[in-house]
Amino acid sequence: MKISVNGKPMEVEPGLTVEGLLTLLDVKREYTAVAVNREVIRKADYGAVKLSEGDKVEIVRPMGGGAS
Amino acid sequence: MYDTNLVLGGKEFTSRLIVGTGKYASMEVMREAHEAAGAEIITVAVRRVSLPSGESILDYIDTKRYTLLPNTAGCYTADEAIRTCYLAREAGLGDLVKLEVIGDQRTLFPDVMGLLEATRTLAREGFIVMPYTNDDPVMARKLQDAGAACVMPLGAPIGSGLGIRNPYNIKIILESVTVPVIVDAGVGTASDAAIAMELGCDGVLMNTAIAGAQDAVAMARAMKLAVEAGRLASKAGRIGKKLYATASSPLEGLPDWTS
Repeated sequence: MKISVNGKPMEVEPGLTVEGLLTLLDVKREYTAVAVNREVIRKADYGAVKLSEGDKVEIVRPMGGGAS
Repeated sequence: MYDTNLVLGGKEFTSRLIVGTGKYASMEVMREAHEAAGAEIITVAVRRVSLPSGESILDYIDTKRYTLLPNTAGCYTADEAIRTCYLAREAGLGDLVKLEVIGDQRTLFPDVMGLLEATRTLAREGFIVMPYTNDDPVMARKLQDAGAACVMPLGAPIGSGLGIRNPYNIKIILESVTVPVIVDAGVGTASDAAIAMELGCDGVLMNTAIAGAQDAVAMARAMKLAVEAGRLASKAGRIGKKLYATASSPLEGLPDWTS
């Protein structure tokens, strides 16, 4: 199925969880947060939240910045 | 001189200079500048990870030593800013947030309507909200009433280096609210930071003035000294301004030089 991760299209296996996606992408967990279709996913729920066709996933972490 | 700490949502800080993490020539320079500034709070943006995920800015910030202050830079609506704060909290960055709701791309002036709405929501959700606002005393009071832990009026547009353009409004803001007042944005050099503190502000937040200086580490130290000097001067109680001279030596006991 097709999903989008940080604005880029990606083809993944149906039923992939957030946990699975993070492992697939080898994302460091510390100071990282995930939103799916604008909803912030709690870390404790990563294993339970299954992605669906067309889902928009955002994976963020702190970056350099002071103000806009 | 005995001084009180800066208190934000129950957390106490001795340093009154808050610094950023953007625009540094290198991560090493940033780390040295943070050290030279004597800062305790460091603000960070929240952005998409680059994939594959490599080096992190937090490799250069000792999170045991510094308090991280995630900001909502780049958010143009209350909704975006609120979601960014939730992301920051879930990322483990804490609940202290520098709230920005930007209203205009060219000036980066705040959208105060969105700012007020986001402040109210986030304060209710337990965040310690530090809103970046304009130098409007009425809005400052509304933000306080909405639950802001402090108010952060701009001295001048973000990154402009124009200094404190309306010191009188900053003064009125100081009289209008009981929460700390931290000048956020516009500082260009050390005297600007000193002026903010001399006016009675509780702190100064800056990024570009340090990161963009030719010698960022030296400027960081200059800013630390300026904030401390301004704070001391503010507490010491300056003399009044007068148009004419007042001699500081006694007139009595002058020798007679007449022939």
